[in-house]
Amino acid sequence: MVTGSVLKRPVELRPRLAGIRESRGRRVFQVVNVVVLLCVVAVTLYPFVTIIAQSFSDDSYIRSGQVNLVPRGFNTTTYELVMSDALFWRNYQNTVVYTVVATAIAIVLTTCYAYVLSKRELRGRTALIGIAVFTMFFNGGLIPNYVLITSLGMKNTIWAIVLPNAISVFNLLVMKSFFENMPPELEEAAKIDGLSTYGILWRIVLPLSKAVVATMTLFYAVSFWNSWFAGFLYMDRAELFPVTVYLRNLIVGAANASSTGSSAGDLAQVSASIQSVTIVLTVLPILAVYPFVQRFFVSGVMLGSVKQ
Amino acid sequence: MRAVREPWRRTLRRDWQLYSLALLPLVFLLVFRYVPMLGNVIAFRRFEPGGSIFGEAWVGLRYVTMFLGDPTFWQVFTNTFVIGALTLLFCFPLPVVLALLLNEVRTRYFQRFVQTVSYLPHFLSIVIVAGMLMQLLSVEGTVNQIVRAVGGEAIPFLQRPEWFRTVYVSSEVWQTVGWGTILYLAALTTIDENLYEAARIDGANRWRQTWHVTLPGIRPTMVTLLILNVGTFMAVGFEKVLLLYNPLTYPTADVLSTYLYRVGLESNNFSYAAAIGLFEAVIGLTLILGANAISRRTVGASLW
Repeated sequence: MVTGSVLKRPVELRPRLAGIRESRGRRVFQVVNVVVLLCVVAVTLYPFVTIIAQSFSDDSYIRSGQVNLVPRGFNTTTYELVMSDALFWRNYQNTVVYTVVATAIAIVLTTCYAYVLSKRELRGRTALIGIAVFTMFFNGGLIPNYVLITSLGMKNTIWAIVLPNAISVFNLLVMKSFFENMPPELEEAAKIDGLSTYGILWRIVLPLSKAVVATMTLFYAVSFWNSWFAGFLYMDRAELFPVTVYLRNLIVGAANASSTGSSAGDLAQVSASIQSVTIVLTVLPILAVYPFVQRFFVSGVMLGSVKQ
Repeated sequence: MRAVREPWRRTLRRDWQLYSLALLPLVFLLVFRYVPMLGNVIAFRRFEPGGSIFGEAWVGLRYVTMFLGDPTFWQVFTNTFVIGALTLLFCFPLPVVLALLLNEVRTRYFQRFVQTVSYLPHFLSIVIVAGMLMQLLSVEGTVNQIVRAVGGEAIPFLQRPEWFRTVYVSSEVWQTVGWGTILYLAALTTIDENLYEAARIDGANRWRQTWHVTLPGIRPTMVTLLILNVGTFMAVGFEKVLLLYNPLTYPTADVLSTYLYRVGLESNNFSYAAAIGLFEAVIGLTLILGANAISRRTVGASLW
């Protein structure tokens, strides 16, 4: 009997024996490890669950500290209230417009520059790379940037948000190393066929780089979608805010209204349920696309970590 | 470099299309990166709003001596240093630990699940993170529900200076620990299985295998990330502090960047704020160059 079963599954023999040898300590470790990791998962998700529970709860329950993981006094009226606010939708729309325009500009500039930098034979290449990389380690800082944007007359225009961060050097280097790894034969053949540099980039290189372009688009889009400070700094009128600034004014404004540090745009006390609903509605698009885009991000980071 | 240098004219005639592609990005870098760098001269010049972005007249080191004699400056400098050090202390090693734990998981599906969940906070806007913190840490929030449940008194965490660092660093860990594992997990997969086999034959148990095989295997990654962490050590998350602090917590929460923000943009002392900003940028540059030089000398790994 025993020999028979072993003969049926000869492959399992070794791991099983190894398992017996390491047995106790190893198995205890595995269990502890899984428990620890489940705790990590729980701690990561806990704030989301609480906020969602609050967003469906009645305010009186929140104020008396009774809402934890399940909604109390379940209702959707707070959602209806927030969604009926014209300014909220206006700001949401602004975020979409800012993100699309900024991402488009950023992708064009980054792709062009990365393609040039990927040409190892190009004269002056080292200088061109150095100009970009130096900005990673030293930047002008808040005040000179503010002074510049103001003197360019960009305050209260979309340009203050979409232009100043158009090239992320990290993304630039990721794209550069991708282009460097493309087989040069394709481009050489295209050149012999009489294609110009623009033609090669547009018709040969880019169609083969869809994955990296998609990854970079996501990198930029998420960072522009999430950004708030440029909108906060350069926009004076509420109808120009991105939705993150709307949320900021709701949350920080409410918290600061009583203290001395309140600035323009801060609102009076806003109920916790309204704050929670706004958080949920702002984070929703990110949560919706997250499962699909996550692996692009991971592969992008890996690509970027390859030493230049 | 080529043996015989051809004249630039010929280079340009051949490659002008490539150079033309670099034109717009270069203009961008010059205008939005290098002009602000030069704009830092207003730290040494009198500046008038609406005037030249490079200031009006030289005033020498007036603003530098001003901040060196400013007690608030030293207060925020200390705060920046303490918050930066605590962040480094927790946010650098914890991803290594998490990556090692993830690496021990046998079930592929479970591993993917934990990874997916722990990466999530990385994708959130800092405003969302701040909003969540404020909800969780409010007097009625769930953290205080736990405090009350164990018999404690509710604490208004975000109004107490002695709690700010804890709140800042623990939320920083929450945001970054999962995402920080990516590079380590990639490095872990490249370690040669034969090394473990050899270690086992030499009688090494799991802990010794981790210590002698796994950790050396991810050492280059650790060094690189440590250099980057040290280099950005003083650049404490400006946006997060700006969202989370308030006058009550200034004694521990106010950092260089938030102080210069208030001095410059709320009180309109542009030159004074630019001087502090320049000081911070120079420290940042020194730190990253220093960390890189030290690691190149000691462990032979460097960023460039």
